[in-house]
Amino acid sequence: MFKRIFNTWFLLELVRGLGVTGGYFFRKKFTIQYPDEKTPKSPRFRGLHALRRYPNGEERCIACKLCEAVCPALAITIESEERDDGTRRTTRYDIDLFKCIYCGFCEEACPVDSIVLTDLHEYHFETGASGTISKLDLLRIGDTHEGAIARAREADAEYR
Amino acid sequence: MTWLLAFWAELPLIVQLGVKIFAIIGPLMVAVAYYTLAERKVIGYMHVRIGPNRVGPRGLLQPIADAVKLMFKEMIVPTNADRYLFIIAPILALAPALGAWAVVPFTDTLVLADINASLLYVLALTSMGVYGVVVAGWASNSKYAFLGAMRSAAQIVSYEIAMGFALVGVLMAAGSLNLREIVLAQSGGIHQWFFIPLFPLFLVYLISGVAETNRSPFDVAEGESEIVAGFHVEYSGMGFAVFFLAEYANMLLISALTVLMFLGGWHAPAQIPPFVWVPGLFWFFGKLAVVAFLFLWFRATFPRYRYDQIMRLGWKVFIPVTLVWITVIGVAKFFTPFGHWFG
Repeated sequence: MFKRIFNTWFLLELVRGLGVTGGYFFRKKFTIQYPDEKTPKSPRFRGLHALRRYPNGEERCIACKLCEAVCPALAITIESEERDDGTRRTTRYDIDLFKCIYCGFCEEACPVDSIVLTDLHEYHFETGASGTISKLDLLRIGDTHEGAIARAREADAEYR
Repeated sequence: MTWLLAFWAELPLIVQLGVKIFAIIGPLMVAVAYYTLAERKVIGYMHVRIGPNRVGPRGLLQPIADAVKLMFKEMIVPTNADRYLFIIAPILALAPALGAWAVVPFTDTLVLADINASLLYVLALTSMGVYGVVVAGWASNSKYAFLGAMRSAAQIVSYEIAMGFALVGVLMAAGSLNLREIVLAQSGGIHQWFFIPLFPLFLVYLISGVAETNRSPFDVAEGESEIVAGFHVEYSGMGFAVFFLAEYANMLLISALTVLMFLGGWHAPAQIPPFVWVPGLFWFFGKLAVVAFLFLWFRATFPRYRYDQIMRLGWKVFIPVTLVWITVIGVAKFFTPFGHWFG
């Protein structure tokens, strides 16, 4: 009883609350200063898409359209034709990144490991009119980041 | 130096006053700007993050950037708003917050207007601040702004009474309504400062001060999670900036008054060498900074009061406490041998 009155009138609980925040005031700060410092990313990180090639330079994609079929956001558009050597290849492979939900189903569906999600997440469009990237762009991303893509697949291989 | 003093004496009174006023308002505005930065930094630190640090070294130019941004933004007056009142409301909020600084004694001699009832003047002016808020809420012609203004009016009226009674205790102890004499009554060391004999009044005054300035945990007038931004929801650009200035100038003013009335103003905590070497002005600003830090600390710590809890605290706790303690002071002063301790 006496203790309760003492606690109330000397605001002890409030002072204890202030003590908690006061303690945190001197803690080491967790802030990652983003453009200068970055957090590590998982090899499973699903960022911007890329189309890969075989080591001999041939594009992997065989225009089976499984990715187009599985895409829940209907973000992928594929058109294909027969090439001079008799193989089927895409003539158009567009991904609308405004529709894409980065679920990674396209990568799971792909029988030849062609379409992949890289760990790139720092990209932008300079007009709001369209967020579509074409086959050429996708192949170029694949070419420039092949090393990182292969390493991420390697690191995650035993869990797939 | 003598030439400068002679030149100063030659100036017309209005120019002299203008210079003096600017000498108070200028540093005050800078202090307000950096108080906003301090708030963001302190709250950031208490959230275990580092707060603004991109503009200038360690974020020190952030308030300048904020001010420039707000000055260049368009001030939108809503179509259905009362234009005249809408524009005048921020001025009504800011003017008393600045005006009250006229009677604040920074040291024994450094005071702009040493009027004999300065405590009354301060009480009158701090109550005027609520008109800015109420007029803003009314003129905006928006339900959120109106709700915020109503809440603010009810809250400030309630806490005004407790605050006034706390000041009555101070003036009983000091035997004067003049802020300079109130501080002089506390000279002699930390044991003479009024926060010890008037401890309940000190707490009531400090908490009422937080409520009076609409600060967290009493910020239902803004209540961003309930009524968007309360009374200043329709303000943008400079109008918003002026409300912001008023709020922070008021916080600094309440801190200054707390220091003057309860924490011994410019007096050092003890009349022995290491303390007396520091000039009084530094003691005053040092104590002011500590109390101002408390405001930020409260905001980082306490959740917002529910409206009925605010009313309960104001009417059923603070007013009885102050009334009882005023009686205690009176009895102690005249019927017990401890009278000298109460001033």
